[in-house]
Order: sequence, then structure tokens, then C-alpha cells
Amino acid sequence: MTAMSADKIQFILNNEEVELADIRPHDTLLDFLRLRRGLTGTKEGCAEGDCGACTVLVGKRTHGGVRYESVNACIRLMPSLHGVHIVTVEHLASETHGLHPVQKAMVDQHGSQCGFCTPGIVMSLYDAWINQTTDDLADTETALQGNLCRCTGYEAIIKAAKSAAEHRPCAKTDAIIRDQSKIADRLEQIHAARSAIHLAADGANSLIPGTVAELLEILHREPEATLIAGGTDVGLWVTKQMHAISPAVFIGHMDALRQIETTDAEISIGAAVTFADLKTPFAALAPSLAALIDRIGGPQVRHMGTIGGNIGNGSPIGDLAPALITLDARVELLSAAGARLMPLEDYFIAYGRQDRRPGEFIRSIRLPRSLQSRHFAVYKVSKRRDEDISAVCAAFALTLDPDGTVTRFRSAYGGMAGTPKRASGLEAALTGAVWSRETAQAAAQMLDHDFQPLSDWRASAEYRRLTAKNLVTRFYLDTVGEA
Amino acid sequence: MSSPPAPDAKTEITGAMHDALRHDSAHKHVTGAADYIDDLREPSGTLHAALGGSTRAHARITSMDLSAVRASPGVVRVLTAADIIGLNDTSSNGSRDEPIFATDLVQFHGQPIFAVIAATRDGARRAARLADIRYEDLPFWTTIDGALDNGAPEVVAPMTLQRGDAASALEAAPRHISGQMRIGGQEHFYLEGQIALAIPGEDQDMTVWSSTQHPSEVQHMVAHVLDCASHCITVSTRRMGGAFGGKETQAAAFACIAALGARLTGRPVKFRPDRDEDMASTGKRHDFRVDYQIGFDDEGRILGVEANFAARCGYSSDLSGPVTDRALFHADSSYFYPHVRLTSQPLKTHTVSNTAFRGFGAPQGMLAAERFIEEIAYALGKDPLAVRKLNFYGQGGDGRTLTPYHQEVEDNVIHQIVEQLEQDCDYQGRRQAILVQNAKGGVIRRGIALTPVKFGVSFTLTAYNQAGALIHIYQDGSVQLNHGGTEMGQGLHTKVAQVAASAFNIDIAQVRVTATSTDKVPNTSATAASSGSDLNGMAAFDAARQIRDRLIAFAALNWSVPAGEVEFLPNRVRIGTTIVPFAALIQAAYRARVQLSAAGFYKTPKIHWDRKTGRGRPFYYFAYGAACSEVSIDTLTGEYRVERTDILHDVGKSLNPAIDIGQIEGGFVQGMGWLTTEELWWDPSGRLRTHAPSTYKIPLASDRPKVFNVCLASGCANREPTIGRSKAVGEPPFMLASSVLEALSMAVASVAHYRTPPRLDTPATPERILLAIERLKGR
Repeated sequence: MTAMSADKIQFILNNEEVELADIRPHDTLLDFLRLRRGLTGTKEGCAEGDCGACTVLVGKRTHGGVRYESVNACIRLMPSLHGVHIVTVEHLASETHGLHPVQKAMVDQHGSQCGFCTPGIVMSLYDAWINQTTDDLADTETALQGNLCRCTGYEAIIKAAKSAAEHRPCAKTDAIIRDQSKIADRLEQIHAARSAIHLAADGANSLIPGTVAELLEILHREPEATLIAGGTDVGLWVTKQMHAISPAVFIGHMDALRQIETTDAEISIGAAVTFADLKTPFAALAPSLAALIDRIGGPQVRHMGTIGGNIGNGSPIGDLAPALITLDARVELLSAAGARLMPLEDYFIAYGRQDRRPGEFIRSIRLPRSLQSRHFAVYKVSKRRDEDISAVCAAFALTLDPDGTVTRFRSAYGGMAGTPKRASGLEAALTGAVWSRETAQAAAQMLDHDFQPLSDWRASAEYRRLTAKNLVTRFYLDTVGEA
Repeated sequence: MSSPPAPDAKTEITGAMHDALRHDSAHKHVTGAADYIDDLREPSGTLHAALGGSTRAHARITSMDLSAVRASPGVVRVLTAADIIGLNDTSSNGSRDEPIFATDLVQFHGQPIFAVIAATRDGARRAARLADIRYEDLPFWTTIDGALDNGAPEVVAPMTLQRGDAASALEAAPRHISGQMRIGGQEHFYLEGQIALAIPGEDQDMTVWSSTQHPSEVQHMVAHVLDCASHCITVSTRRMGGAFGGKETQAAAFACIAALGARLTGRPVKFRPDRDEDMASTGKRHDFRVDYQIGFDDEGRILGVEANFAARCGYSSDLSGPVTDRALFHADSSYFYPHVRLTSQPLKTHTVSNTAFRGFGAPQGMLAAERFIEEIAYALGKDPLAVRKLNFYGQGGDGRTLTPYHQEVEDNVIHQIVEQLEQDCDYQGRRQAILVQNAKGGVIRRGIALTPVKFGVSFTLTAYNQAGALIHIYQDGSVQLNHGGTEMGQGLHTKVAQVAASAFNIDIAQVRVTATSTDKVPNTSATAASSGSDLNGMAAFDAARQIRDRLIAFAALNWSVPAGEVEFLPNRVRIGTTIVPFAALIQAAYRARVQLSAAGFYKTPKIHWDRKTGRGRPFYYFAYGAACSEVSIDTLTGEYRVERTDILHDVGKSLNPAIDIGQIEGGFVQGMGWLTTEELWWDPSGRLRTHAPSTYKIPLASDRPKVFNVCLASGCANREPTIGRSKAVGEPPFMLASSVLEALSMAVASVAHYRTPPRLDTPATPERILLAIERLKGR
């Protein structure tokens, strides 16, 4: 690392300043809270970001303020927390005002039974409450997508959310509102003093660049380093596979990678833009694309996971890829040797293999803006509707000429092969055809040639084949406005 | 104008029996201040354990090299079967078929072979991966079909229930159907995983904090494993983060390993497996394959039933005997079978040993009965509800009240409950509207179903139906209450505290329930079979009554009034014309040397059961309920949603309506998960691949019914003298979820105009729905 680099991270934990140097890249926020700080209100239920018992809020500086978002502490790696405000369940109630309105609503509505998921539920409701996103039932359900409760059946929790929403955030009952300008100032100070950070502990190294130049320099020296943006995938390598990830480069905080830039021709989305932050630009492109975001993980995962990570990990079922391929997305890779721009579909070579060279990182995903002339839809089918991994994910983009003939048809599927992949047979069969239910169904038979899916715990090959075909019909019906 | 009563002259106490009181730990739950075992401050020097498990489904261990494990940083000790001081066994039924550590034979993928004790949990987990174990594979099977094909042994003796002559009745019946149903298992997915903390003491003493529904059994197991007397072992449980049956027998192995590590190292040992290890190495709900023949008349009245219930029991017996028994006990659901023969087949498979789970086999039995009804309804083209009603048990004197186990159904209220719910939720009107809508075709189809529940309450092993409680009153009038039941979220401590508060007529704030502990109340039964408040509530009442009687006798003597002139008013006591605060009476009683502590006891009356003859009265009473669910399905993908559920459930005279409604809502949604998205999947090597929430999908908030109305049935006081005339509520509501499966069936059946029974197996994942649609379309 450069001579100027710092050797510690700084953050605020509830109302306490924390400086840490003895941090390894695989140290999780949950273990830090529980084992080092005795903050045992935050629970471990699964250690893979699926149950939400470990939910805490992370406040990030934003335009002079602080934006709070729920995250899963179990897979949140410590080096990613420099310059943030971490809020745990212990911070909500106050000595003067007793229970926080969200907590009181949970008590009054009998929202807890065994109580183990409850702190996490409280924190997710708190996230929705403080950001005032719980205006209706669907929003509350969305807010709770990342929290499992095995006792209550959720009904009482939903009632609690509704009841809490009657008390709007105010400084009297809420500590983070009371302290917001103080916290914002402090985070700004930490940010202003920022230099690259290099943490070394137990022979494991965490590298936290501040700029793209620093990142390039690190990757030039450590071309095989583990790149971590949101860590929602790498977190599981740590907690489940116990892989060594050192040296690890943390890039999720980098402003340069969190930009969304729009030109006449395209939208360039920085690799570290989170799923949550994709929702608005996606909504501008296509409603179906924005709706897909709410089917990826729960809010905690969407607050951490990034578009670059979702592409970079090369998952055959990463849900963004089929949609992005169908929309002719390109991926921009950068290294000390220069930039490369390639169609996203070419980035996926085979299962577990991507076209990323040593020392390269994904800087952005580029999407053409000319979607308005087409029909576009993406469909995700999973065993459980929310917070599940696709059995099949299918995306379609269609252009028709005025007499109803298909002039262009793009389609890609996830969950059907070793990589997210174009349905080239389907595309060929439909291009030039008259767009009708019959032609759609007939062309869908080509999917048997396009894909040879596997059977696993998410679905059988038979179901994947059948659903893949039926989704073409679904798309047809949607384009003509039938249910 | 009257002034408000002074605080000491309240007309009623806070927290009496039947009050909708909140959970006694609710404040602590929401602030994170409720301590679970992993939250307890660790004693200094605490070590941590991790498991090393089999990577084969069935194999002989040919060699085991643990040197790399021992050499791993921070490792203090490695435990194998050879290190066990006493018995290498945790089988709950004495059959000694459940080793803590496998020795030369492994019988399921993930079976524990050794444990590492290390300075940190992380160090223990890392070390556990370094074992070099060689195997010689043996033939294995993980499924019921595999077991049957391979002539697998039964893990316990099967049971037969019969009445009348089923074979002749089937032959004589005008109509006859045979079929098969497959019912999936279920992972408990308690949010707090298994955990134990063992702290060694002097001599052979060992204190174990265990997340268990059965502290007494853990105590006995630890004593066996450490080869010491039970009086050395104290097992305590303040609360569990959920259990659902999964911590009835399954907690013992973790406690035993922690205790063994603590004994051998002389240091405290905590053992909290990772979620994946927990799911791979602990038992689940039994899968069943039901092969059935039913005979019925042209109206749809059942004349005869023969059914065999084959179950995936896993590699050992555990609780598979009583679980498969209870499946048979509930294979009648709410229906009278004139002639019946039911058999169980508890099959050995090379999978983790299946165990207790809310309902304990009953849900599987009842689901089969609802399948019988569905078969009849589709065969006759009738509304399944009409067929259900036709076959309900009678209400006395009509010759239709005898169960297949020869117990009379004396308290039948299913007719009233079903009819009221049918009216309240407009079942008929909505069903008609759905039939009309479905007839229009379209991709989205709807279904509606109203299904009954009748659940027998009592442990079928009569000895378990006993309980103890201990009450101390201190000199300030505060009451400390302890009982043998454990708190797993069901609000048991709250209910039992309400019983004590009512018994003394004092505010519940004066009553503190302490952690369940084997040194306070000995020889307890598992908190299971929905019996927690029935048994422990009565035991607590017995203890309170003893002290109250002493207080009455003392007050009468001291104040020279007849005993009948002593009356417990809210927080006060009237003694003749004198009124004293409760605490003042206690003070006076203490000075007069009145014993202010009592141990209470209760055993359930009337029940008896002879498994060999299949006759008796295994259940003290029945709890009833009914649910109506409406669903929509997408016939292109098989995806579905539950649009609305209405429930009317009988809890007798509720001890706490808020808690009971929570049990009903939660039980229903858990049951819905079992029947819909919760799928256990073993790969061809016999390894469970749905071993974490990323792969095993329990319901989320967005899966619950969009409209969800839950009511307690009114006027249903238990005809038996249970505590406050209440009824058990833990398990019965789980089966209300069968309404979802039946509604899905109707929606699927619509694609073939209801002429073909959809025969949906469970879990009815979107995949099963879509494949059933394809099957029906092909007809």
C-alpha cells in the first residue's frame, strides 16, 4: 500500500466512536457486535443473510446528511464499515421515553412469541419507519422480505408496522433523528480525512482504496485479490465455506463506482451501485425491471448487494443477468492496462468462468436507453415468491412492426444452463414471425434445443423446461394486455 | 360523583386467567434484552465445540486420522466415541440405537463422528474440517420407496388400529377407490439453533444451560454419558428461540457433547452448531407414503377404510413409534369410519432420525383423511365440504362416535364450528363465484376449501401426563413460580403466571416465573403434545391452592373468624370485617411460622391406552377448529397465493386470547409452509441439500393470507375440568392449513372441469402444482 495509507477504520457504533486496527477481512459485523462489544441483542439465525435476525442499520453519508439502511450483520464484513454509523437494536429505546414507537407497537400487537427473530424484525420495521416507506400493506411485506419469523405467522407484526406508522419520526422519541446533524458532521469529517486504508491482522490483509487510481494500483500489485463490494456472496464464502479471502479489496464505498450517468444513448451504472439504488433508474427504463429488484433477496441484501457483484460472481442464476443481456447491456472492465467493453453475454464463458483478467475489475454496466420502442419483461419463478433464488428467470425484449410482425426478439434465461444465456433458437424462430399466441407457443419449443437444464433442489429439469416455455406465453399475454 | 377507586381497592387484578395479557418477555424481545443461551455472559475460560460429521450416507469407517484436527490452532481436545465416560447413546426410548458419535458405522450423511473443543468457535469449526476419515460404502436408501424396495427394517414395532371388518366393508361398498399419497417432511427452523453451555462444578456436578423442551431428559442423558448420578446434573432453560418439537429429543446430543467436553477439560464448554450443521444433523418431521382403499356409498358416506402409513423414520427409532402411532390416531380427522383398519410402517432410512414436530404425526394422518374426502367428492362431483359434513362424527347416541382406537368422541363440536364458519365467511357464495370465474377459462384459477380439525390432547404414553410446580412466597408478598414446562415462545410462562395470579388474586406483576430447572421441579415431561399449560397450569394451581389453604387456616385462627370468612380480594384479603393487603397477610403468616412454599403436582385423569390391543382412551379431550382458505394459481408457472383465510378455532375458555390467537395464526402459517414451499431435498449421494434458509423456504410475511381472519369459538368451555376450562392450543391449529392444500387442489382440478381428483402430493410447490395441471390437462 502507499506510504500514506492509514491502518485503521473509524465508525460510530450507536453513540460511541470506534477505531479499529486489528481487523481481518473475514471478520463479520455480527461477531464484532456480539463477541467484542457484548451487544447480544443482534442475533445469529443463519449466518448467510437469509433470516434477518442479525439486522442492524448502517448510516451512510449522503449529500450532507445520513441515509440509514438495514443490512445483515452476519455477512457484513468489518473493513466495509469505515465512515458509517452502525445502529443496533440497543440504540432504539431511551431511558427518558422508554420503548421506541416501533418497539412499543410490537409489544402492544403481540408481535413477538419466541422473540429470537424480534430484534431483527424491529430493525427492519425501524428502517421502513424512519425512511417512511411503510404506507401500505405491500410496502410492509416488502420491508419484511428479509426477515423470517417461525412463530407468529406475521399477522401481528404487520399490525405492529401499521400501528407504528401512526407515530411519525420525531427527535423526541428517536435517537438517530435527534443526532442526525451531529452524526452527519462526524461522518463527513471521517470522510474528509480519508486516505487509502490497509488493515493487517493475523497475516490477513484488507485493502480499502479511496479512488480508482488506488484501486488500480492495488490490483496491479495483487491481481488475484478478492474484490468485495456488497459482500452478500463473499460473506457466505467466509461464514459457510470458511475460505481465506486475504488479500481482500473493499470497493463498495467508492463514490467513483456508485455513480449512475445518463447520456442520450445509454445509462452507465457504476459497479458498486446497490440493488436498492437501481430501482429508480430501472423504473425509468421498464417497470418490469424495477419489479425484479424487489424479488432479489430482502431489503438487507438489496442494501448491500451491487450490480457489479451480481455480474462479477458469474452465478448461473444471478437475477440481473438475463434481463441485462436481453437489454443489450455491456460490461466495462478496467485494469492498469486499460479499459475493455464487451457485451455482457460474452462475459460469461462457462459455469464458474468469466472473462475477467487478473488485475481487472468491473467498473460499470452500460445499458442503451432505447427501450421505449419495445416490449420488455422479465419473469422470475421461484419456489417461494420473495427472497428466493430463481428456478427459472426469463427476460424478453420484443420489437414489432406496425402489422404485428416481430422485427427483433431478444431473450435470455437464468437457471437453465451453466451461465445466464441467450435463447438463440427461440429468438430465431420468432424473428420475422407474426406475434401471436400460437407462434409464441410454437417458437417456445425451440427452448428444448437452447437449454438442457439440470434438476436440483430448486426445481426439476422437467419443471424448468415447462416453465421456460410457458413464460413465452406469459410474455405474449402481457404484450397484448391479457392476464 | 364517585371518585375512582384507590389503587389498593382495585376491583380486579391485572393479568388474571382469561386476560389477553402480553407475553411476559415481550419488552425484552423487542429491545434485545431477552437472553438466549448464546447471549449469556460466558464464564472465563469457556471453550467452544464443533462437530465433525460423516460425508457418506451409509458406510463403514475404515480409518480415522484426526491428527490435523488436533494440531489446528486453538484446539484443546478432540472428542470421539472412545472419550465417552459412560454410555455413547442419546436414544430417548432406551433402545440404544442413537450414538452421540458414530464408531465404526455411519448411517446418514452428516452423522456426528467427533467433536472439536477449541478456544474459539471459529477455531473449532475450522479444525473440524481437517479430519481424514476413510469409508467403505454400504448400500443405502434415503426414501420410503427405497426402504420398501430394499426390504428395510422397521425402527420400532408397527401399530394397527382396527374396528369392524374393513375388508368386507370395502368389498360390499357400492363404490371403491384406492390410491396413494405422498406427504413431505419439514424442518423445524427454530430461529435460535441448538445450543448448550456446560459449566463443571465440584465433585461430579455439572450445570448445563440447554435450549431444550425437555430438561429432565437432557439431565438423564448427560448423567448417562458422564456416568454419574442424575443428582449431579442440573439442566436449566429460561427460554428457547423456538422449538416446535425440534428440541424435544434433539437437544440432548449437543448438551451431552458440551458436558463431556467440560468434564474432560475442566472448563466450561459452549456448543452452538452452525445452521447448516444443525439442519443436517437433527431430525425433522416424518415424510409419509399413505396407501389407501376407501369404500363409500353413492351419497359419499364412507363405509370402510384401509390405509397403510409408511414413514421415513431415519436411521434410529427416536420418537418414530409414538409419531407414527399419532398419525394413525388422527387418520380419521373428524370423520367416522364404520369399518376401519389402519397400519403403520415405521421404516428405517439412511437419513437423519426423524423426530417430533408440532402435531407429531397427526397432521400427516389428517391430511390422508382429507385426501379420502377429496377422492369421494371428485368421484361423485360433489362439493368436498358436503362430503365432509356427511362423514363427521356424530354427537352421541347415533352410533357414530367411536374412533378407530375405541375411544368415544364425547365432546364433538365440529358441526357447530364448521357451520358457523361456513356462514361467517360466505363459503357457499364465494365457491359459486369461483366456479363461475374458473369456467371462463383463463390463466389464473381460484380454489376454495373449508376443512375441519379435531386433535386429541394428551401424551399417548400415559406416564408423561404428569407435571410439577414450585411456588415460593417471600416476606414482601412477591411470588416466585417455577414449573416443569419450558418457554419456547408459546407464552406458557405467561399463562401459568396468570394461573398463580388468579389463585392468589394478586396482580401478575407480583408473580415472577423463573427458568425451568431440574433442581426445582424434578422428573418433568417434555413440553410437548400441546400439554404445557394443561399440565403445568394445573400443577401451579395445586401449589397455589396448598399455600392459599394454609393462609386461610392461619387467617381464620389468627383473626378468630370462620374459614369461610377469609376471602382473597384483588391484592388484599378480607378476614371477617378486616381487610389487609396481601403482603401484610404474608408477613403475619411468616411470623406465625406458616410454610410459604409448596410443590404442586398434577396427573391427567381418565386416560389409559393399550397399544397391543389398540384400545383405550388415549386422549383426555379433543380440540376442534375449522379453516376456510381461498387461493389463486397461475396455470403457466404453478405459482400461487393465498388470497384469504378464515379460521374459527376452539380453545375452550381461553386462558389468554391474545396468546391463543398468536398460536393459531402462527400454527396455520407454519402448516401452510409445510404444505407449500418447504421442501427437503436429498441428493443422490444421500446428502441433504436444503440445509439453510437459502435453500429451504419457510413462509415470509408476503406468503401469509392476504386477508386473514382468526376467531376463537365462543361458548366452548372444555367439558373436562382442565385449568380454567381451557383447551390446548399448541398443535391443533397447525392442521388448519390443510384448507390451503385442498383449495389448491380445487384450483388445479378446474383445468379438467373437476372431473379428475388432482391428488396433489405435498409440499405442493409451484412445481407440483404445474406438473399436476399438466397431468390433468393430459386426461
